[in-house]
Amino acid sequence: MKMTKIVRTTADVFYPFCLVFGLYVVMHGHLTPGGGFQGGAVMATGAALLLVAHAYEDITGRLRKTAMKILEAIGLMMFLFAGLSGLLFERPFMGNWMAFTGKWFSHPVAHGPNPGDLNTAGLLPLLNIGVGIEVLGGLTIILLYMLSGIHAEKKP
Amino acid sequence: MDTFVMRHLPALLIATPLFAAFLMPLVGTAGRTARNAWAFLGALLTAAIGLTLAWKVWTTGTVLYVFGAATPQQTLPPDAAFPIRIMFQVDAMSALMAVIASLSALGITIYSLSAESKQSGLETFYAMLFLLIAGVLGMVVTGDLFNFFIFLEISSLAGAALVAYRIDDGVAVEAGLKYALLSTVGALAVLTAIGMLFAQYNALNMATLASRLQFTALDKVALVLLAVPLAMKCGAVPMHFWTPDTYTTAPSSVTAFLVVSSQASLYGLFRILYTLYGDLLQFSWATFGWFLIVLGILSMFIGVTMAIPQKDVKRLMAYHAVSQTGYMLLGVGVGLAVLGNADALAKYGKTAMAGGLFHIINHAMYKGLLFLTAGAVFYRCGTRNLNKLGGLGHTMPWTMVFFMIGALAIAGVPPFNGFASKLLIYESVFRFSPFLSIIAMIVSILTLASFVKVFHSMFMGPPRAEFAAAREVPAPMFIGMAILALFVVVAGLAPQPFIEHMINPAVDALVDRAGYIAAILGGR
Repeated sequence: MKMTKIVRTTADVFYPFCLVFGLYVVMHGHLTPGGGFQGGAVMATGAALLLVAHAYEDITGRLRKTAMKILEAIGLMMFLFAGLSGLLFERPFMGNWMAFTGKWFSHPVAHGPNPGDLNTAGLLPLLNIGVGIEVLGGLTIILLYMLSGIHAEKKP
Repeated sequence: MDTFVMRHLPALLIATPLFAAFLMPLVGTAGRTARNAWAFLGALLTAAIGLTLAWKVWTTGTVLYVFGAATPQQTLPPDAAFPIRIMFQVDAMSALMAVIASLSALGITIYSLSAESKQSGLETFYAMLFLLIAGVLGMVVTGDLFNFFIFLEISSLAGAALVAYRIDDGVAVEAGLKYALLSTVGALAVLTAIGMLFAQYNALNMATLASRLQFTALDKVALVLLAVPLAMKCGAVPMHFWTPDTYTTAPSSVTAFLVVSSQASLYGLFRILYTLYGDLLQFSWATFGWFLIVLGILSMFIGVTMAIPQKDVKRLMAYHAVSQTGYMLLGVGVGLAVLGNADALAKYGKTAMAGGLFHIINHAMYKGLLFLTAGAVFYRCGTRNLNKLGGLGHTMPWTMVFFMIGALAIAGVPPFNGFASKLLIYESVFRFSPFLSIIAMIVSILTLASFVKVFHSMFMGPPRAEFAAAREVPAPMFIGMAILALFVVVAGLAPQPFIEHMINPAVDALVDRAGYIAAILGGR
């Protein structure tokens, strides 16, 4: 099933913005409402938009199941290794060794009202990014499977 | 390195199966040898970590692991309400369950390597199996009530996906959906109860909650909402209706681990009654003890009477699983009923509990073994119908031997492990109420009768033409069954070391509520 050209073009234009907004929600997970799961879901919404606007077989070139599977595994691995990385720095599992070291994501948090500093929270942004990648991959796979199922039934 | 691993054992116990599960889809693309090797390695490592952790608990006492901080007291900001972090609190009871889960996981994974080799989508199968293992291990070692719920959900969802794994058979999907639906409803009730407790006491840590509980009206509602779903998940009558469908249609290796998963729910039930509420129930120990006892008696009797007329061998075994869960509930229930009476507790209460807990590990081993033999027969003959099977003793002698070991153990015949735990239960329950003990013995006799029937119709008789091609099972399945059978025989011949070093510490840990609280709050 293919939608009109207007819908398809709008979806194509919208898709990168969906991804960018999703990435924003992921990256600001430790500062603003949202986080890894929510941002990943927003990014997967972009995939859903493409899937609805285009025919299933036109989209499989852009959204591949294997690529999404790999994304899912990478996201999960990133989360697990972020947790395990604490062990290397004499901390327990999920120990936040990155906070207050003055390097990445490690500024001290300012007290009182402030615009928010992205370079805070240590390990948390890494966990958010991992979850974001995992949810993007996982939800897109689910959408791909569901849509391919609908398609298969419609075929005579 | 040794101390490094030893220090982080509880975290590694969960991280290892998760790591194996997450990487499985990628490893699976590299071919079947790589996938099988990865699955075997993951299971072996998990079992090694589980046993080492248990050994550490038995030698040095309760192991406490705080995620993200060195001690429970360390909070950020420093003046925050304490303790806020997720903690794993592994006492002797948790260690016992971890041993059961990790040992069965090893046997079952090895068995799956060849039992499932003809199926497609195996990397998903193993990923789900490892998630299920991680969920069960997490349930039994966590010291955090909300964390318990998370792991309960992980094991339920992975379990449901595995039950529905053979999608060529519509019944499997139905059973999977049923399991998923019931688990979700149960988990929602658990979540509601946790919310009630959190709203009142501002804590999710079990020890902290236990020290703050007031037993308000809301707490009573929460107790019901916690106990009933967990009793359902462990398959106690009258909430057993999901077990026959689920256990029958799932692949045999999965069924064997679902038994372990249901026992993790049993562990949750005991933990909540003994540790979380514990002394608050002292106004009437008997009421709560009899709650477990009645559940146990109903499960024992209805389970076995439903098992006798079954024609599907796995459905029959599923009803026996319900029946055997009854023994555990009976033993531990008697312990709970006399918990306020120090004299009776020392005389027979603790023995009854030891019997119940010993039966958990014995049941996991012999019931797992029985399900695996049923899977082996299905693997070679393609049917589970007892009326069609026959004469397999000629072609599958080792499977027959393993089946005999399992069947005699479940019926409580010496010298197998079922006898050891059942004798403890009979003797101690007799001093509590002779009537209950007699019911337990009758159920055992009925179990034996039922398994004699199964044995006869599966293995006895002349060789049949339609099963002439049946051969002994491949080596991985044989090894998987042998691991479990070895435990059944060893624990039956020499139960004393097991009871002394594994079971009795677990009983003491379950009764010692103050000790559990003090491990985190420091004797407050």
